[in-house]
Amino acid sequence: MKLKSIIALALVGALPLTAGPITVKGSDTMVILAQRWAEAYMSAHPDATIQVTGGGSGTGISALINGTTDICNSSRPMKAPEREKLKQRFSSLGVEIKSAKDGLAVYANEANPVQELTLDQVKDIYTGKITNWKDVGGSDTKIVLYSRENNSGTYVYFRDFVLKGKDFSASAQNLPGTAAVVNAVSKDPNGIGYGGSAYAKGVRFIKIKKDAGSEAKEPNAETVKDGSYPITRYLFMYLRSRPTGALKSYIDWILSPEGQEIVTKVGYFPVK
Amino acid sequence: MTPPSVEIPSSKIGIWGKPRRRPLEWLIERGIRATAFVCLLLIALIFVFVFREALPIVLGKVKAVEITESVGESETYGEDPAPTASQPKKDLELEAEASDEIIGVKHILGKEWQPVSLKPRFGILPLLLGSLKVTFIALLFAGPMGIFAALYTSTLAPKWGKEFMKPTIEILAGFPSVVVGFFALIVLASIVQNLFGLQYRLNAFVGGLAMAIAVIPVIYTVSEDALAAVPKSFTEASLAVGASKWETALRVILPAATPGIFAAVLLGFGRAFGETMIVLMATGNAAMLSPGFFEPVRTVSATIGAEMAEVVFGDTHYRMLFLLGSILFVISFGLNAVAEFFVRNKLMKKFKGAS
Repeated sequence: MKLKSIIALALVGALPLTAGPITVKGSDTMVILAQRWAEAYMSAHPDATIQVTGGGSGTGISALINGTTDICNSSRPMKAPEREKLKQRFSSLGVEIKSAKDGLAVYANEANPVQELTLDQVKDIYTGKITNWKDVGGSDTKIVLYSRENNSGTYVYFRDFVLKGKDFSASAQNLPGTAAVVNAVSKDPNGIGYGGSAYAKGVRFIKIKKDAGSEAKEPNAETVKDGSYPITRYLFMYLRSRPTGALKSYIDWILSPEGQEIVTKVGYFPVK
Repeated sequence: MTPPSVEIPSSKIGIWGKPRRRPLEWLIERGIRATAFVCLLLIALIFVFVFREALPIVLGKVKAVEITESVGESETYGEDPAPTASQPKKDLELEAEASDEIIGVKHILGKEWQPVSLKPRFGILPLLLGSLKVTFIALLFAGPMGIFAALYTSTLAPKWGKEFMKPTIEILAGFPSVVVGFFALIVLASIVQNLFGLQYRLNAFVGGLAMAIAVIPVIYTVSEDALAAVPKSFTEASLAVGASKWETALRVILPAATPGIFAAVLLGFGRAFGETMIVLMATGNAAMLSPGFFEPVRTVSATIGAEMAEVVFGDTHYRMLFLLGSILFVISFGLNAVAEFFVRNKLMKKFKGAS
């Protein structure tokens, strides 16, 4: 076990020297953004090679822990058990980089009359306490829940922040990506779904209120920037150790105004 | 090792009076034998690997909830912007109840599958039920269609019909399952929802229908072989006594081929039980323990497919997924073995012997 980690460390350490490809794995929420970053960076720096894969935040973090990726994209913060495993294998707690902001939108079908919901109502809907649209001001039909698979950072963030740690209802259908959730909600008049605000084509955003008294907000550039949209989250990148060499130039470029401009183009929000 | 009675031409006897071994032949023989053994070895190794990863659960060494102590925060890089984003309470999982429970039969036969949770539950019953529901619906549609198609092409079709239909139906076997799943997700689910006015668009019924498309060629091919193996004397006798062609087909040939057809259905069951892509896309993946067929389900294969990538090696979740894989393996392998060795050989011999 120790020998394996020494060899892995040596290989990881040797990577920037041999200028091999930089591997980026993880969040499906961030995969389009990561691809645009990689394309823009590679066209500006022809000697760099960056490989981007999706698979979900959980997949990315596992890959980071197993040593199969350099950068891990994650739409949720890394958890204590994961940091512990990283510490066991690489003797470091990892480096967290906030690379962009995202407003987590709640989608509804365009034919759905419900316009706004409080955070508590969203929580009760997704834990199964509220099962009919009429209880939140809609028509008398059962709510059909669409969720993400449990390897998704979006799933875990939603569960921890909106559901406050409670489990999703057993009847929530688990779809493999945000695009699948949007597709499902757009075809189902009684559906409700959640996901990154950059993906919403063919569905409507439900305006979210922090509590019954506050104003209901939709996720857009201003509400996310000043934090008035209640479900704003950071999109993280994790590394095993402080970046050096080619990795450092890539990360610095991402955090620079050029990289952040691409964030806005894709539909997310810059981190500053 | 030459038998003593064989005449060996003198050109083939070497200087020591024994037959000259040709090195090339020896090499080729050994090489082909080695290839066969490599195949057997691969199968054995896969068994060993899958069962080894699931073994700790069976031996009672895996904890139900893994306790972690706080290890500190990661360092950050880049300007730390003013925190305007809403972050969940950090490290909720450190508040999970400490417990030394070992995963046992009570946990595994539980009714809820919630592996990524502050109180993880690893009950596989909803997953098994989901697999069974989808397989049942698939066989309900694919069974009669495959068997009657085989009956038609082997007994009632004119010669040119058989030459055309058999390869065409077998093209179905070449459909990539991901394409079938995609078709089900986008097209079939909407059609079924509009036709039946269903509440859930993605459900076990849609998954089963799509699965039937993948299972028909399996049932068709094996049934066709079974029907073709029925001795011609049965057909001739029946026609001679005055039965019509379809009476012969339905009342004489079909019952005679029953063992083979049973084997075909078993193989179809095994194929449907293990199919992953179609159910991953078309069934909605909700681990519900409910009797209805028009509700979303989560199958064993889809669970492994969706969750395997996110587990860290050695986790409880990781071991549970391998346990699921072992169960899948045992069921598929068992069904295939029963179909191959018992039904096809033993019972078919019994029928062949009768002619």
